[in-house]
Amino acid sequence: MGKIQLITKGFVKENPTFSLLLGMCPTLATTTSAINGMSMGLATLFVLVLSNMAISATAPYIPDKVRIPAYIVIIAAFVTILQFVMQAFTPDIYETLGLFIPLIVVNCIVLGRAEAFANKNSVVDSACDGLGIGIGFTFALTLLGLVREILGSGSAFGWKFIGGDGILVFVLAPGAFMALAYLIVLFKKVTAKKGE
Amino acid sequence: MEYILIIISAIFVNNILLSQFMGICPFLGVSNKLSTAVGMSGAVCFVITLATLVTYLFQYYVLVPLGIEFMQTIAFILIIAALVQMVEIVLKKVSPSLYQALGIFLPLITTNCAVLGVALMVVTKEFSYGGGEPHFFNLGESVVFAFATSLGFGLAMILFAGLREQIALNKVPEAFKGIPIALVTASILAMAFMGFSGLV
Amino acid sequence: MTMAVQSSFKNMTLCLFAVCIVSSALLAAVYAVTKDPIDAANMARTNNAIAQVVPEFEGTPVADTIEVGGKKYPYYTVSKAGQPVGYAITSSSVGYGGPVTLMVGITSDRVIYNTTVISQSETPGLGAKCVEPAFADQFKSLNPAEKKLSVKKDGGDIDAITASTITSRAYTNAVATAVAVYDAIVSGSGAAEAVTGAASAGDWEESETEDGEAGNIQEIQ
Repeated sequence: MGKIQLITKGFVKENPTFSLLLGMCPTLATTTSAINGMSMGLATLFVLVLSNMAISATAPYIPDKVRIPAYIVIIAAFVTILQFVMQAFTPDIYETLGLFIPLIVVNCIVLGRAEAFANKNSVVDSACDGLGIGIGFTFALTLLGLVREILGSGSAFGWKFIGGDGILVFVLAPGAFMALAYLIVLFKKVTAKKGE
Repeated sequence: MEYILIIISAIFVNNILLSQFMGICPFLGVSNKLSTAVGMSGAVCFVITLATLVTYLFQYYVLVPLGIEFMQTIAFILIIAALVQMVEIVLKKVSPSLYQALGIFLPLITTNCAVLGVALMVVTKEFSYGGGEPHFFNLGESVVFAFATSLGFGLAMILFAGLREQIALNKVPEAFKGIPIALVTASILAMAFMGFSGLV
Repeated sequence: MTMAVQSSFKNMTLCLFAVCIVSSALLAAVYAVTKDPIDAANMARTNNAIAQVVPEFEGTPVADTIEVGGKKYPYYTVSKAGQPVGYAITSSSVGYGGPVTLMVGITSDRVIYNTTVISQSETPGLGAKCVEPAFADQFKSLNPAEKKLSVKKDGGDIDAITASTITSRAYTNAVATAVAVYDAIVSGSGAAEAVTGAASAGDWEESETEDGEAGNIQEIQ
């Protein structure tokens, strides 16, 4: 697979949210607006690329039986670095996303890519893979956030286009489940048509 | 009194699955059958309570005195991973029947974000109940909170599994089969749980 | 790429140990590098909040804390031409999703200049609207002696956010607490009346919905 395919496959074919259904917790929790969803996606992308690279570089030296704990430590280290960087340079976003930043450690996408790709591929390929999956995740979260923001608060990326409130339930918990359900159905329909 | 409020709030009002969105992977993954949902809930209940107790002590007796709070995330996830391993080994020796029931779920729990989430929540967030001053939980409150949270996890999980078993018998539009209809169900369940809001 | 090496007890322990040591060292290094920017960012946040809630001032705000009713409240004094022109007081109250923490600016004539939210975890779309001007601007230039600091539902003068009475109440209570803290600060600086000032501020906090209190405290000054 070429580098370009490695990056683009995460967009549709192996989209972590819509097609692999991984990392559901931050997907549902942080998509109250498009900006929040995008920030969460980018934060995950950062960890994904760096941990993929580090794991790819160290995998040949890690004994098989302790590989999962070793990967978790590596991922946790990058997550903590991300926490420091966000606290220093984007404190407002850090505050908004709250607990879900440290919880990137247990995001199945990150550990999943380490197991499924990074530990058997080169550093550059792993970086591309992380970038591709990360972009796919960011795209999915931004889209879900946008849908919820438009329906729930009548605005898009913070720009308000109707006066008053939207359909509040879409900003709340039930709306998160509902919006994601319909987006997955739409995604299935669109990709099924393409496949024909 | 505060303990009662903590318990009601953690189980119903701020349900970890339906209002905080932690632990969604097992919620969607192993809720096809009621029996597996019960097994998973039992294992989670056990691990969340134990992990919160240990991480709480580790935070206040190791990380804070040494001034290395920045190692929190790494330390907590390692403790949880080690605990899960240990529980697995002990359970295998002490109660093979319980191990049979919970064993297959244990490895999945390390990456259940509810466990790390609750452990981090009790040491980073200030809570307040019944109009009292916001404060950090003490050890007793933390453990009660963790246990109640895991009961909330179990409640949502078992209700959800029951619903999904019924749905499996019905005709579902092709595109909605599997996860989408599960999400729609979860949405309605979350709406039902919103009825508890304002209770505490 | 070759597959991972064979596992033995020795290399497993060594490997995990090495991974932990390297990660910790890396973290310590990044922590050291980002510590100053993090402090600076926190300070910028505080300074920003102060600048939003008090009138124009000279120099830097002076940080201090005061104990009112058994609880410590941090506050900042801002001065112009050597005279204190206002106080930015941090106070919090319990909302729906947790504590709502505010920075409340009160000028030296005991009028609320402005308020801003430092942290809150209210429901997005409902209680979280307390940061929006539609609600928060009610407190701009509000004189606590003229208006009653509680929501209309409780017989006060503050319009609650639709469907978010608990958040509105928390916000209003935090502002009322800040006024009580202000009274304690002002009376505290007039050394002789320090004790009575603190005591009446405590009373005020307990009975903040009663109208008469506001007048009483002003008399003490």
